[in-house]
Amino acid sequence: MKLSSVDIARRVASDITGGSYVNLGIGMPMLVSDHIPDDREFILHTENGMLGMGPAALEGAEDWDIVNAGKQAVSILDGGSYFHHADSFAMIRGGHIDISILGAYEVAANGDIANWLIPGPRPPAVGGAMDLVAGAKQVWVMLSSHVSKSGEPKVVERCTLPLTGVGCVNRVYSDLAIIDIVDNGLIVTAMIEGLEREELQTKTGATLNFAPNCEVLKPFSEAA
Amino acid sequence: MIDKRTQSMSEMMADCPDLKDGATVLLGGFGDTGVAVKLIDALRALGLSDLTVVSNGAGGGEYGLALLIQSGSVGKMICSFPRSSDSKIFEELYAAGKIDLETVPQGTLAERIRAGGAGIPAFYTATAYGTPLADGKEIREFDARHYVMERAIRADIALIHAATGDRWGNLTYRATARNFNPVMATAASTTLVEVRKFVDMVPAEEVITPGIFVDRMIEVGDYT
Repeated sequence: MKLSSVDIARRVASDITGGSYVNLGIGMPMLVSDHIPDDREFILHTENGMLGMGPAALEGAEDWDIVNAGKQAVSILDGGSYFHHADSFAMIRGGHIDISILGAYEVAANGDIANWLIPGPRPPAVGGAMDLVAGAKQVWVMLSSHVSKSGEPKVVERCTLPLTGVGCVNRVYSDLAIIDIVDNGLIVTAMIEGLEREELQTKTGATLNFAPNCEVLKPFSEAA
Repeated sequence: MIDKRTQSMSEMMADCPDLKDGATVLLGGFGDTGVAVKLIDALRALGLSDLTVVSNGAGGGEYGLALLIQSGSVGKMICSFPRSSDSKIFEELYAAGKIDLETVPQGTLAERIRAGGAGIPAFYTATAYGTPLADGKEIREFDARHYVMERAIRADIALIHAATGDRWGNLTYRATARNFNPVMATAASTTLVEVRKFVDMVPAEEVITPGIFVDRMIEVGDYT
């Protein structure tokens, strides 16, 4: 049993405190915006210059002056604002963004993250990832699968790919577990139903500790 | 009477010593949003060489920046994300070693330009500390955190896309088409602006780029 990407997004959204200012990375983290609980309001920041980012624009009604960091046409909600790039990254670098949620190739037990570059012939492109991981108060990583397609752990002792930032990740959400990264290592706070601790450990490249009240995660369809 | 409005592209580009071989050129825009496409086309028509172009991306498709690069005018790109699904022209020249690239984190890029416009030669940022993009740069510790020294960017020319402009050069922008434009407008010896619409006067409270930063403008109409 494991969580779908939508299940992970739903869980991440439910863990965000009302009133938070949140930046969602391109790709899987964008799913979080579809699952904001009805009982709270939080404000989405997009680094190309908008607070109060709303859902994707309806097909045929796109306004190409209103785009997100992935260059998709989106909308703006009541209370939103526009600003230029230097102000946008002052919000990030200045610690005004509460949570940055990103994908990653690797996350290490010391909080390092590698998510921008797999060395190769294509030109290296970083976007805002390094600013986000260095500047946001909290950095959460979403992994659609706990291990890579070839079965290699994505949560590791030390990253092998070029780093995006050092000692900056606070929490990892995967299809199998939720893991907090603290000063002395990894603490599993939640794990998918039916998984043995030993099995999670074999799929992880660094030593896991388990919270005393480790929660049991269930796929949304099962839990409903 | 001050009047920064021009009536034709030839008037816009004439007698401008900063439009020269080897110039550093700032291009506003993010993806296809807020890009001064008509000014980029006019720059390409000049057939200059060895330009250093500062832009968030390296151009996609077969228009604007991509064509400027294809024309052979550009010797070096300074970008945060020089890669997209259709950035073929840049990527081919990059792979052939015919164009240089400096990859800069997006917020550091914005701040280097902001600093350039504000007369600050360098600054320290936590962004990119411990990553390959900090290689060779001075590192300093402030309040128990490590920071990377980054140099300001000053340019010869900025090509800006704005929504409205008045004869004094006061500008407004629309939605996320603002992006890098107001920052870049401050950091060049000559700032050339394409505006969608000339207006008699931008109300003082609504001015985003004050006219002091603007040299010449041309009206280009809406793109959409």
